[in-house]
Amino acid sequence: MKPETTNATTAPSKPRLTTSAMIASIAAEGQATKPAPFGHALIEVARRRPEIVGMTADLGKYTDLHVFANEFPDRHYQMGMAEQLLFGSASGLASEGFIPFVTTYAVFASRRAYDFIHQTIAGENRNVKIACALPGLTSGYGPSHQATEDLALLRAMPNMTVIDPCDALEIEQVVPAIAEHKGPVYMRLLRGQVPLVLDEYGYEFELGKATQLRDGEDILIISSGLLTMRALEAAKLLAADRIKAAVLHVPTIKPLDVETIVAACRKPGRAVVVAENHSVIGGLGEAIATLLMRARVYPVFHHIGLPDEFLAAGALPTLHDRYGISASAISNSIKSWL
Amino acid sequence: MTGQGHNISLSERARRIRCHALRMGEVQGQGYIAQALDIADVLAAAYFHAMRYKPEDPEWDGRDRFLLSNGHYAIALYAALIEAGIVPESELDTYGFDDSRLPMSGMASYTPGMEMSGGSLGLGLSIAVGKCLGLKRRGSDSRVYTLFSDGELDEGSKWEAMMSAAHFRLDNLIAIVDVNNQQADGPSKQMMGFEPLADKVRAFGWFVQRVDGNDLEAVVGAFDAAKTHQEPQPRMIIADTLMGKGVPFLEAREPNHFMRVDANEWKLALKALGEGRSA
Repeated sequence: MKPETTNATTAPSKPRLTTSAMIASIAAEGQATKPAPFGHALIEVARRRPEIVGMTADLGKYTDLHVFANEFPDRHYQMGMAEQLLFGSASGLASEGFIPFVTTYAVFASRRAYDFIHQTIAGENRNVKIACALPGLTSGYGPSHQATEDLALLRAMPNMTVIDPCDALEIEQVVPAIAEHKGPVYMRLLRGQVPLVLDEYGYEFELGKATQLRDGEDILIISSGLLTMRALEAAKLLAADRIKAAVLHVPTIKPLDVETIVAACRKPGRAVVVAENHSVIGGLGEAIATLLMRARVYPVFHHIGLPDEFLAAGALPTLHDRYGISASAISNSIKSWL
Repeated sequence: MTGQGHNISLSERARRIRCHALRMGEVQGQGYIAQALDIADVLAAAYFHAMRYKPEDPEWDGRDRFLLSNGHYAIALYAALIEAGIVPESELDTYGFDDSRLPMSGMASYTPGMEMSGGSLGLGLSIAVGKCLGLKRRGSDSRVYTLFSDGELDEGSKWEAMMSAAHFRLDNLIAIVDVNNQQADGPSKQMMGFEPLADKVRAFGWFVQRVDGNDLEAVVGAFDAAKTHQEPQPRMIIADTLMGKGVPFLEAREPNHFMRVDANEWKLALKALGEGRSA
């Protein structure tokens, strides 16, 4: 099954919302974007690191790996639509000294090939970088392509580093960082025209580090990935209502930057909201709640995430509103809690 | 370059591999011994005829890689590694005990000469494909040998890997299938029919030979043919074996995936193989 472009062409005068397409843009109209930041960043690192190879299971075009494949055709392995083979053979290549950057959709890595990643990559601590498109709710195609549990699954896997980057700028910085890191990494991937957001904040990614992107005394939003983008937008909406929201971006889901997170949550008089593009079970929210309990820090705690349900098909903006992860939904939730 | 003791016959190697395995079984009081006995001839031919390695340097880059996909055969591979001088014979007594380098299921991080972690069946051939691609990319002439069991043919991943090995023309891959016709729930061919296996795998683009896996001469010939075959395609040796081979009372026992052996029978089995006369 391949992505479809949508929109019936028969009624040009009557624009329709794009509905339930597999691939949908997460960029707002007019938002600054960069094309295929993962693929381009990988090319840059691969020029310096000849051990890097690319691998995919019939999703090169839809994970931006095709950019790398065009540049380095002899360093790219098309493994066919076979995810068990994809990850098993990535382990084999890594065992011979290569650094495979392996792409597919997050659903297929986390669900279909879990045992192969667990046993052959994490279990043997192989230097494989897994980059997966369509994380959380970034496809309107339905549960088959909505990876709402990927962080829970991959976070539970020993040896695995887990990263959820926010935008094009961060993806460009994550790629060289994980190439340097020795060991398996699972990276959530935003692909296609990826919004550029963090340049405004002078941001620099560092593996294992959480970064406060804006300060505010009324509420602290802790987020990762796409939801950091939304949290920043929500903070602007809240500012219009004179609510001052801080945003702490936590791109490295595992290992968590305990020190920074605890310090931010210790600040008195400020409720904490964890916002994530993931099921409320097993992701960043539960991880942070646990570490706060361990640290004996007890702020008023709220959690924005996807419900423990099989989600609907539909247009992404509709779904993000419905499930409470759009900027306006986040800002409304926060207002209702203050 | 094979292991030490070039003047020892292959049949003697196979006999000793069986004895090492039986001793480990005796130490632990259990083990997948029927499989170890059935595959001993294949392992003897692999480690003392076909493969290139340095016993004193198990991670020597120029070695041929041996991937044990069916991790429960670890007792058999340990026996071969002991016979090859990669694992000291003195460790045999630790088999399966806490902190041993010889756990009951084969795992890469525990044992010198163990290239992958098995246990979960169906992994090995996919890893082998990646290793073969990597070795070719590096210009290495090392080969990858991988052993798996007929029960693993039920796993779809095996067929994914078979397709890809032919697709990538992996002539540095030699896969061995142990057809002992026994898996956890019963006879393999009854659990999920896989015959005609050779025809199927040939249709996938492999060079396939089917031999009596307990006929050493035939197994050696198959390894030779696999290594010298000229076509750019992966090689498979289908080895039909007899569980318990070499110990008549175990050969005759009703086949079972985890064969029961009574406490007094380990010594009797060793005796049947010409060992343990002092017992």
